[in-house]
Amino acid sequence: MHESNGLAIACHDLRKYYADVKAVDGLDLSVARGECFGLLGPNGAGKTTTIEILEGLTKPDSGDVEILGWSWRDHDRDLRERIGISLQETQLNEKLTVFETLRLFRSFYKNGPRPDQLLRDLSLDEKRNARVGKLSGGQKQRLAAACALVGDPDILFLDEPTTGLDPQSRLQLWEVVARFRVKGGTVLLTTHYMDEAQRLCDRVAIVDHGHLIALGTPAELIARLEAANIIEFTSDPPISSDVFCNVNGFHGCTRRGEGWQLRVDSLAQAVPQLIGAVEQSGAKLRTLTTHEATLEDLFVSLTGRELRDA
Amino acid sequence: MLSANGNGVRPALIELTSARMKEFVRETEAIFWVFGFPLILTLLLGFAFREKPPDRIPVGIVTGPSAEARLKALSASPVLQPRIYSEQQGREELRRGKISLLIESSSQPVYRFDPTRPDSRTARVEADDALQTAAGRRNAFSARDEQVHEQGSRYIDFLVPGLLGMNLMGTGMWGMGFTIVNARMKKLLKRLIATPMRKSDYLIAQFLSRLVFLIIEMIVVVGFAWIVFGVRVHGSLWLFAFLCFLGGTAFASLGLLVASRARTLEAVSGIMNLVMMPMWLCSGVFFSYERFPDAAKPFIRAMPLTALNDALRGVMNDAMTMPQVAPQLINLAVWTVATYFIGLRIFRWQ
Repeated sequence: MHESNGLAIACHDLRKYYADVKAVDGLDLSVARGECFGLLGPNGAGKTTTIEILEGLTKPDSGDVEILGWSWRDHDRDLRERIGISLQETQLNEKLTVFETLRLFRSFYKNGPRPDQLLRDLSLDEKRNARVGKLSGGQKQRLAAACALVGDPDILFLDEPTTGLDPQSRLQLWEVVARFRVKGGTVLLTTHYMDEAQRLCDRVAIVDHGHLIALGTPAELIARLEAANIIEFTSDPPISSDVFCNVNGFHGCTRRGEGWQLRVDSLAQAVPQLIGAVEQSGAKLRTLTTHEATLEDLFVSLTGRELRDA
Repeated sequence: MLSANGNGVRPALIELTSARMKEFVRETEAIFWVFGFPLILTLLLGFAFREKPPDRIPVGIVTGPSAEARLKALSASPVLQPRIYSEQQGREELRRGKISLLIESSSQPVYRFDPTRPDSRTARVEADDALQTAAGRRNAFSARDEQVHEQGSRYIDFLVPGLLGMNLMGTGMWGMGFTIVNARMKKLLKRLIATPMRKSDYLIAQFLSRLVFLIIEMIVVVGFAWIVFGVRVHGSLWLFAFLCFLGGTAFASLGLLVASRARTLEAVSGIMNLVMMPMWLCSGVFFSYERFPDAAKPFIRAMPLTALNDALRGVMNDAMTMPQVAPQLINLAVWTVATYFIGLRIFRWQ
């Protein structure tokens, strides 16, 4: 077994420019063995290009990539044996059954679990003889995960594994990731769901326009907001931020459409003061919501845009 | 490549080949186009151009006491088609050329006919012979007919090898081209190369599965033509099978080349038709290319379908041997190797 400095994934100054866009623009990342690392960002942030460079499927314009201490140039086949990949939009052959598909993928690897065992682990054994074309979205994603796990990999790469899935299917997939980690596996996943990153990842890198804009554990990143809670409101007529910037525990605000998003310490103190301040200015509150700070709020505060429709 | 790994897992090449075959068998429309369509085409064209036996010559008998006996005697002849008329009606029919000979009602037969018409002269001899035999004439000796039909000279004999060649071209090119571009569009190719799978295993599996269907295709088309139209392979069956195999690989390679970079089914269909159209027209599928200008013939002969059709026809109809079809075999081998390596070299996996 090949050993290295303990890093599962490392890349340095990665760049990939396309004609009209800088998809990856000088990215440094390192992922320790056994870690679950999340790449977070809106569509078009360069997440998929980044993960496909790390997977050895796309060549970077410049920069170095080491997976398990190996470079793709010298150890392509060795690496392929030891990583499992789920691409963003692969459509597996619809005419084959679940079991046939898994047996096909199993035949590419030297070692790995028996397809039947894997189907049980991923709760697909009832669909063993169903055609891939007849599966639901969640079942397809679990089969894609099974195809990624079939070579008993050290690292699992998942590109938006739960996009478009119903809540129950997402939970099932999260369990698959959790079980893989129990066995010491390393995971790199991309997502634009903040709750997914918070729930699954040890560390998260937030990327936008091919740049790293924040890196840390979910808790650290949220702490960076220096505020535990978020208030969002709209008023009639719209007001300027001078009206409310003196409320207790105010850490900052971001314009969101017609209204504002405020980051504050304590809702109990800030909300009554905010309502008073708005009324004093002569405006009327139209809507007001509050929640605990999340990675999504961090993204908004960092970029001024929302994740999902950025 | 074929080494089995533990756990009862079959080699990737076998898994890939069997996956490709299942994919094909489970696509009902594909089965029709590969097997049903050429059979229907053979059947339609075979019946449209079938050769009829020579027509019988119509002969009239004037009604009278011996008319029925004469009718019976003439009916025994395979050449004549006798019918009874009144005297006036019979002469009218003869004058109009509706019958070639009229036998008068007199007790000793009188043959009325126009000696400038060949079928009338034939009818005269045949009718006399039939009546004499019926009247009890004894032949001095008994002669035996030996009928000669030139082998493989009918249109259907020309057509069947051409249809087989065209079918091998269509299924070979579509079988490769469509599957590969479809897998590329669905990012399945990309997913496959993200595994340790050998790229050559994938392509070889495509060829192997083609080969299995090619054998079935060949047996179905040739067997059908043999049973329905009596079209036979006069030369060596092994040479014939080898030709089909080489033709199949040549067109599969050409399909690989055509599909090596196309990203959409529309693109690959366009290129495919561009490549196949000249061969449909010029390679002698439905009619001989001998009528094209001499200047065009070297180009026509260089096309793989022309080589395949010429060789299939030679072996099927003229019992040609390996040395006689060597130029065509070399042509197909060159097409196979050249297009495979160019296709592989420029192949786009993502």
